Amino acid sequence: MATTADHFQAHSEDHGHKHEHDHKPAFFARWFMSTNHKDIGTMYLIFAIFAGIIGGLFSGMMRVELNEPGIQYLDTFARWFGAVNPDFNSTLHTWNVLITAHGLIMVFFMVMPAIIGGFGNWFVPLMIGAPDMAFPRMNNISFWLTVFGFFSLLCSAFVPGGTGNGAGTGWTVYAPLSTSGSPGPAVDFGIFSLHLAGAGSIMGAINFITTILNMRAPGMTLHKMPLFVWSVLVTAFLLLLSLPVLAAAITMLLTDRNFGTTFFDPAGGGDPVLYQHLFWFFGHPEVYIMILPGFGIISQIVSTFSKKPVFGYLGMAYAMVAIGVVGFIVWAHHMYATGLSVNTKMYFTAATMVIAVPTGIKIFSWIATMWGGSAEFKSPMVWAIGFIFLFTVGGVTGVVLANGGVDDVMHDTYYVVAHFHYVLSLGAVTALFAGFYYWFPKMSGRMHSELLAHLHFAVFFVGVNMIFFPMHFLGLQGMPRRYPDYAEAYAHWNHVATIGYMVMASSLVIWFVNIIYAYVAGRRAADNYWGEGATTLEWTLSSPPPFHQFETLPVIGETAHH
Amino acid sequence: MTTAARLEPSRRVRNRRVALMALSASLAMLGLGYASVPLYRMFCQATGFGGTTQRADEAKAATVQDSGRTISIRFDANVGRDMPWQFKPLQRTDTVSIGARDMALFWAKNTSDTTVTGTASFNVEPEQAARYFNKIQCFCFTEQTLKPGEEVRMPVLYYVDPAILDDPDNKDVEQITLSYTFHVTSVGSTSQDGAKALDRTRAGG
Repeated sequence: MATTADHFQAHSEDHGHKHEHDHKPAFFARWFMSTNHKDIGTMYLIFAIFAGIIGGLFSGMMRVELNEPGIQYLDTFARWFGAVNPDFNSTLHTWNVLITAHGLIMVFFMVMPAIIGGFGNWFVPLMIGAPDMAFPRMNNISFWLTVFGFFSLLCSAFVPGGTGNGAGTGWTVYAPLSTSGSPGPAVDFGIFSLHLAGAGSIMGAINFITTILNMRAPGMTLHKMPLFVWSVLVTAFLLLLSLPVLAAAITMLLTDRNFGTTFFDPAGGGDPVLYQHLFWFFGHPEVYIMILPGFGIISQIVSTFSKKPVFGYLGMAYAMVAIGVVGFIVWAHHMYATGLSVNTKMYFTAATMVIAVPTGIKIFSWIATMWGGSAEFKSPMVWAIGFIFLFTVGGVTGVVLANGGVDDVMHDTYYVVAHFHYVLSLGAVTALFAGFYYWFPKMSGRMHSELLAHLHFAVFFVGVNMIFFPMHFLGLQGMPRRYPDYAEAYAHWNHVATIGYMVMASSLVIWFVNIIYAYVAGRRAADNYWGEGATTLEWTLSSPPPFHQFETLPVIGETAHH
Repeated sequence: MTTAARLEPSRRVRNRRVALMALSASLAMLGLGYASVPLYRMFCQATGFGGTTQRADEAKAATVQDSGRTISIRFDANVGRDMPWQFKPLQRTDTVSIGARDMALFWAKNTSDTTVTGTASFNVEPEQAARYFNKIQCFCFTEQTLKPGEEVRMPVLYYVDPAILDDPDNKDVEQITLSYTFHVTSVGSTSQDGAKALDRTRAGG
């Protein structure tokens, strides 16, 4: 699929040795003042794993509480956040803190840093034949803003947020719960955290756009770029245009909270529903921001292990553009329950369903790529096929929920929770693991164990489906989201989901063991360890690539195909 | 050490140009986020979106013909969390002729021992009926000030636009609910006579 560069040899290795260009700075300068896209990518990945463990622990706390009806553990959790003898209300508030923290961490500090900051930083410059990102120092600022945003969010859990410690607003931070409903500094810390992470992401987006538009190697036209680079380009534009709207909305929240403005307060002529419009104008592109780079990763992997170029390259690239464009005009499908008129609902239903068309193009093109290919089921390919299946399930329930009439019933039930976890927790995260096994030896220079990688997939696949598939049943039976307690009738499937969580968590142990194995006993990775199917430029370099690569730019031939 | 330093000058200029264009696009979206506040208000006013009622002057109201068809109007009154007033409609429902003007009365009493100025926010359910609900006079057009223990009867003069009869979205609407909520007006914004006209000509009313 990607551009071949047969006549371009991996010169940079010996080049580097000859001219002493490959010397690395000392530890502090290398990691804390880093301007190297690969080092920053590595730091993003490590940060995302760290944040993901914390966000995952929060979901574990929720699943253990939901294991059976009644309130069992919340009281203990409230004490962990610093409450002394919490009353019933502040105990329940802790639940809201958990769902808020889980959502914000997983969206802003796990998926986005890993898939854009991590893999994007690592492989966009490599795939387009660039020596580094366009603005290496800004790249560094982006990363550290994200880190400090994360710590601001963690701080919020230990300061008063109204009913108890922590921000209990949900990741949507709807007014008036987030304004008059949550006195105390916790929500301010949360908003500040989003400001920092958002500023970091906007800078990252500017960096990616400039890099991809200006830094491509000679001959690498836009229509010869690997699909992963296309996906990051579209994602960067989505970030650039949607995050400032969130910044505006949460800044208005901040002034409503602290400086007496009434943007969202009816007492002063404001309207809380306006906040929802602004939030979802950002929020819907945001879900594509999380999944589009995953689409790109899956395209690379499916092409590599089918040993043929991806089917319908241009259709795949412009399907992502179409998803990005349409993603900006469907936001109110998150707001069907706010009293939209029938005609408004009809528009948003139709527009939302239109997104299934480019998404379908992608799914069928992946299948068509595999069809007739010399498929090889190495671990990244298995993860990628798992992604295609799980994402399709989430997409189908998305089409169900797109219906304004159906959503009147499903709104805020576990059916919605099942839907968005199938596309994110099972979609984006599966794509992350696929990308991880695809590129880990390239990044580290060490081969992981294929056996453990397959085992990781099998256990993870069973685990996540056990967690989230029963939520479809619970939602259809009417179990509402965002409550720590439920009626006896929902006990069975909640118990199954909690067991599923433990299965999923144990798969992560296999993953960590695999990483340790790779560093302790893993074979050294060759330049192109996946063989003839891997045709993008990163495979022309050593594993790991030299500290500085492409000092003589590779030239992409006229006849090179995607 | 940095790659940027090694880039040839023309590349740096081009990079900077692209980055500035991207930055201005994001700043434009930030501006649009703030511009959405007045734009949203104008949109609600023009379309009745979100239950925003319309405001009609006497001249316009005089041109409206009584259609002879009737509709039920329900009245609802609430106070904000910190508002020390009692507030209720003096009639729970009214059956009015569509196109004919009607007066509804609300009653409020200040139960605290301080003078309190309040502002009423308003809304109509079902929301698609809001664009046909016209107020000619309303206590919500101005701030209201009540001394300790003071009671007041407040009128609303309104009519339902007969155009509602031609709107398929309102075909099955048999009752329109007009709802008010009184909020405390923050100290400092109250004028001397306590009855500052609110900027509701733009914002509906």
